[in-house]
Amino acid sequence: MKKFIVSVMFALSAAVLPFSGAMAAGGGAELEKANVNLHDKSSLQRGAKYFVNYCMGCHSAAFSRYNRVALDLGLTDDQVRDNLIFTRTEGNPTKVGELMKNGMTSKYGEVAFGAAPPDLSLVGRSRGEDWIYSFLKAFYVDPSRPLGVNNTVFENAGMPHVLWELQGWQEAETHDDGHGHVTKELKLVEQGSKSPAEYDQVVRDITNFLVYVAEPAQLHRKSIGVWVLLFLVLFGIIAYFLKKEYWKDVH
Amino acid sequence: MADRPEHNYTGFLGWVEDRFPAMETWNYHVAQYYAPKNFNFWYFFGSLAMVVLAIQIFSGLFLAFHYKPDAALAFASVEYIMRDVPGGWFIRYMHSTGASAFFVVVYLHMFRALIYGSYKGKRELLWLIGMVIYVALMATAFMGYLLPWGQMSYWGAQVIINLFNTIPVVGNDLSIWIRGDFVLGDATLNRFFALHFFIPSLILPALVFVHMVALHTVGSNNPDGVEIKQGPKGNRWSDTAPKDGIPFHPYYTVKDIVGLVVFLFGFFAIVFFAPEMGGYFLEKPNFEPANALKTPEHIAPVWYFTPFYTVLRAIPDPWWGTVAMFAAIIVLFFLPWLDRNPVKSWRYRNLAHKMNLLLFALVFVILGWMGVEAVTPVYKELGTRMTQIYFLFFVVLWLHSYPKQINYVKWFGILLGIVILYDIVFRYNAEAADEASQLIKQFPLIVIYLGLTLLLPAFKPRFNEEKAVPDRVTG
Repeated sequence: MKKFIVSVMFALSAAVLPFSGAMAAGGGAELEKANVNLHDKSSLQRGAKYFVNYCMGCHSAAFSRYNRVALDLGLTDDQVRDNLIFTRTEGNPTKVGELMKNGMTSKYGEVAFGAAPPDLSLVGRSRGEDWIYSFLKAFYVDPSRPLGVNNTVFENAGMPHVLWELQGWQEAETHDDGHGHVTKELKLVEQGSKSPAEYDQVVRDITNFLVYVAEPAQLHRKSIGVWVLLFLVLFGIIAYFLKKEYWKDVH
Repeated sequence: MADRPEHNYTGFLGWVEDRFPAMETWNYHVAQYYAPKNFNFWYFFGSLAMVVLAIQIFSGLFLAFHYKPDAALAFASVEYIMRDVPGGWFIRYMHSTGASAFFVVVYLHMFRALIYGSYKGKRELLWLIGMVIYVALMATAFMGYLLPWGQMSYWGAQVIINLFNTIPVVGNDLSIWIRGDFVLGDATLNRFFALHFFIPSLILPALVFVHMVALHTVGSNNPDGVEIKQGPKGNRWSDTAPKDGIPFHPYYTVKDIVGLVVFLFGFFAIVFFAPEMGGYFLEKPNFEPANALKTPEHIAPVWYFTPFYTVLRAIPDPWWGTVAMFAAIIVLFFLPWLDRNPVKSWRYRNLAHKMNLLLFALVFVILGWMGVEAVTPVYKELGTRMTQIYFLFFVVLWLHSYPKQINYVKWFGILLGIVILYDIVFRYNAEAADEASQLIKQFPLIVIYLGLTLLLPAFKPRFNEEKAVPDRVTG
């Protein structure tokens, strides 16, 4: 028995060890926790609204379809047509079953911003929720940049502060601890139409939507998983007793 | 053509049996295949590997229905599977989790062979076929990883294919031949898709079949390393079968079902609750489409390749690094001839041998860990030291073959001398202060390894004692 326990421990350690420790994310400032809730439908709906209004002018979500978003967020096709679709496809109004693309060509994007604004379908998975949340809160006035703003999370990002009307303007105070460790603290110098707490919620809603749209399956994945695992437990019990019954023959 | 055995099957089964050895084959390989009755935990992984192969083939087939092996369409077609294909995300996660599960299972299966000496006693060919399966599996996994056409797919393949560039004279032409183009692109993706379909669906099942035939011809080893065929005959199922054998079916089939359920619990827990497995099964940069103009900050292969990736990085010269990496795999083929001790199972070998095997497993895990980390002086040195121990293991294994005859102290001196000589000639550079100080600081790791496996048995007889192998299996 002792040998068996050692074997099991060994197998487990061999299986688990390579996974321990998280992969380091790219540099930049420390990230704030986004604390999004994928089951908060109204947050997701608001996030979709902000996304199509503020982000989709430049960024697409080209792997996602409007009516899939509608289905998952509890919206009707008419609501989508009236509130979320601002584009035309080959001269006709974009249909609800189409992909969430926009009118900006990558060539135009390159000319305007230096690099084409990336598609955001999967940013929730490649960058993660905390990064998006922190990034959208980290714009500050920097006259040295071509668009007048810089970002502490994504330094020298070629993106304007599109949410300035909501947040207002931040300025950066640089702190140097004398050991070469420089930190930037952001101060709100001119408030927009939202209070800081309201703005946090706006950003959280957008983040929530981007996390959802990166993997729509995650809304149902875990609840199916619970049933699968429960079935396996039941099957496992039966399989165990079946084995025990057969092995009565073996001496 | 020898006469076939008589059979008593009637009706349709009899009609078939007269024309095709259906039940004969079933009986030979399953119902009347007598396996030792003392299989333990470690013996689940062979059948589990077959199940995972089946999962991969069938989930892969359904993915291929929707996937497009085209540099312009591949990434989007994977997202199409994830969003628009009904149940597509489930099939894809089974396939991506299955790839990692395959290696978990296969590594444990191989370690089982190591601890119980399952490559001994006319099982050398069985081991070699298994190694060919392992290499084919690595090739399949490597080519499959390119298919999502994400950043890590692209740059991982770029790094590995460029290794062939380092081969003298033919290297450049060889890597062009592999890519099918001067740069990694559509041609490469297209052929990797074809090969990723061809190898696992045609070559791997054939190799697995040959592996089974070799196993059933010699008979299974067991945790005691006792040959049941050489023991007494006669059990409740047959007068001529080994007394310590039991029919594989139904006894091991029902037992393997229990193991399978436990495995599937873990497997589906990952599929449904953590398909990215914290970035180790699906790496984060792979959610960005391949971009030939933008190198990711940190290129790390998937976890199951990282031990060999560390070996590659342990030698700064690209050609010798590549040689070391392939040598680390090729040396495994020679295990049956390196470990010549007639005692199979570690249960009856000396403690020094047991420690050697456990340390080898530990070193393999650390090599894997170093492979996912970015290079720092500390990690670089640790990776190099672990690489040295990885190769020393095979020498020590060879030395432990005849524990009574061997002059441990002499070999301790020789091996330590070789490492010191290698360090001085190839590695020590006083100008690189960080590296040089790490080289010295981590040198004790080598002394500890060689001390535990060679000096301990030399001075403490308790660590060099082998136990008598029983005549019959225990437990």
